[in-house]
Amino acid sequence: MSVIVYTESENGKFKKNAFEVASYASEVARQMGTTATAVSINCMENALLGTYGISKVLNVQNEKMKPFNAKAAAEVVSKALEAEGASVVVISSSSDAKYMAPLLSARLKAGYVPNIVAAPESTTPFKIKRTAFSNKGFAHTEIKTDIKILGVSNNAFGTVETPTDASIEDFSISLDAEFKTKSTDIDKVVGKATIADADIVVSAGRGLKGPENWGMIEDLADVLGAATACSKPVSDLGWRPHGEHVGQTGKPVASNLYIAIGISGAIQHLAGVSSSKTKVVINNDPEAPFFKAADYGIVGDAFEVVPELIEKLKEFKAQNS
Amino acid sequence: MKILVCISNVPDTTSKINFTDGDTKFDTNGVQFVINPNDEFGLTRAMWFKEKQGATVHVATVGDASVEPTMRKALAIGADEAIRVNAVPTDGFFVAQQLAEIVKNGGYDLVIGGRESIDYNGGMVPGILASLLDMNFVNTCVKLEIDGDNVTAVREIDGGKETLSTSLPLVVGGQKGLVEESDLKIPNMRGIMMARQKKLSVVEPVEGIKATEDVKFDKPAPKGEIKLVETVDELVSLLHNEAKVI
Repeated sequence: MSVIVYTESENGKFKKNAFEVASYASEVARQMGTTATAVSINCMENALLGTYGISKVLNVQNEKMKPFNAKAAAEVVSKALEAEGASVVVISSSSDAKYMAPLLSARLKAGYVPNIVAAPESTTPFKIKRTAFSNKGFAHTEIKTDIKILGVSNNAFGTVETPTDASIEDFSISLDAEFKTKSTDIDKVVGKATIADADIVVSAGRGLKGPENWGMIEDLADVLGAATACSKPVSDLGWRPHGEHVGQTGKPVASNLYIAIGISGAIQHLAGVSSSKTKVVINNDPEAPFFKAADYGIVGDAFEVVPELIEKLKEFKAQNS
Repeated sequence: MKILVCISNVPDTTSKINFTDGDTKFDTNGVQFVINPNDEFGLTRAMWFKEKQGATVHVATVGDASVEPTMRKALAIGADEAIRVNAVPTDGFFVAQQLAEIVKNGGYDLVIGGRESIDYNGGMVPGILASLLDMNFVNTCVKLEIDGDNVTAVREIDGGKETLSTSLPLVVGGQKGLVEESDLKIPNMRGIMMARQKKLSVVEPVEGIKATEDVKFDKPAPKGEIKLVETVDELVSLLHNEAKVI
């Protein structure tokens, strides 16, 4: 009756969220008095999962799964669950996981709870805390089905090292279904942090005055190893791509540090960033609503503060590296 | 082409969130309800197909009579018919099962829903619906082109975009990008008048699994006072020594 965790990888290496969901699955397994088994697809570093309490890794190597296919992933996880006699599946909140989750939910007739922010409150009945109302509230949700799918919010649980000897077993699977939805092109920024899994996000708004001024935002993000983001008006104006729009109708951000530059802080934007742990605002308007929602603030001109911040952070890094 | 747009009736994005009945229910007092923004992008894209390629557009929702003004708005925007399943939408799995019944009976080629509603944020209805009906599915869809039965869709992925090739019948979990915000349709007086004459059917729910139940709600703890700093040096020091985030 183990707990299954779907660990995501890319180019043979685990994504950061794999270790977080592995940690979470280990905690759920501990609460249920059982063990956690990972499903790892086309990854070459499976032994690493033992660090996070995984006792068994089902190693799937399958060309049909390159690149990610939601229906195929749902089929693999479902067969792994059956093979292990598991009743709980843990997944991340990545775009791919959220694509797969409802397919898995329908296939297994399983209750799916996304956006989970804490370990289960109880496992009999199975109760869990998640964000709702676009981070403006929390729901305590009971899952009533025999099989449960838990979608863990990014950065909500963190990674917890509980070293275990993980056995690695090949899990060969013939994918029965004909996958009629096929990937023909992937256009992805390589080598840079994404909003979904970045520890730090640097975000800017209309206060930047135009897309030509984004160079300093990217420089600041480079110094911090951060992802770049923007407010809704900025993406509406076409200064930055939709994928960087943070907020209620854009992407949620749950980073450790969120730096908002020239963003006044509309309620929809604040809802999207409320799960971030530390928020910094830089704005020349002391009445900007963001000052009520942030932890630290500087009232000042972004065109003076940001270049200075970049220089100071470079000095800081040189001294602390 | 016959299109169904699934719409959710949600609190306006500026709504303050409160709970009632011992924090077990969302407090609707003073809240303005609107078409879920992710669904509105889908509805506008459906209207584009209707105008440019020829299509019939229906809208469906699961809700009690209080959702009808939102459905009338969808009709005023240009949808041809509306269907309401007479049940309170307490769980995404249950909602998907109700909508699946409508799709099965209606013979739709394309079903568009939002990637998630902005109230309960389940993000599961389009995917479960697709799976229950064995239809193709594209989530977080930001571009959709249809030529005969062939579909080219672009979905947002973490850090970029992926282009997918698929075919009808298809379910789409859509969002901003399906159309630009500036292209969203606002009902005009003629549309509002015509909407009054359009068919709004009410059907009773079918038996279904209620997979989850929200038993209690609460709100984040109040935020402490912001620490305003005068210098960048001070900020760097606080981020390192106090917040420990750099």
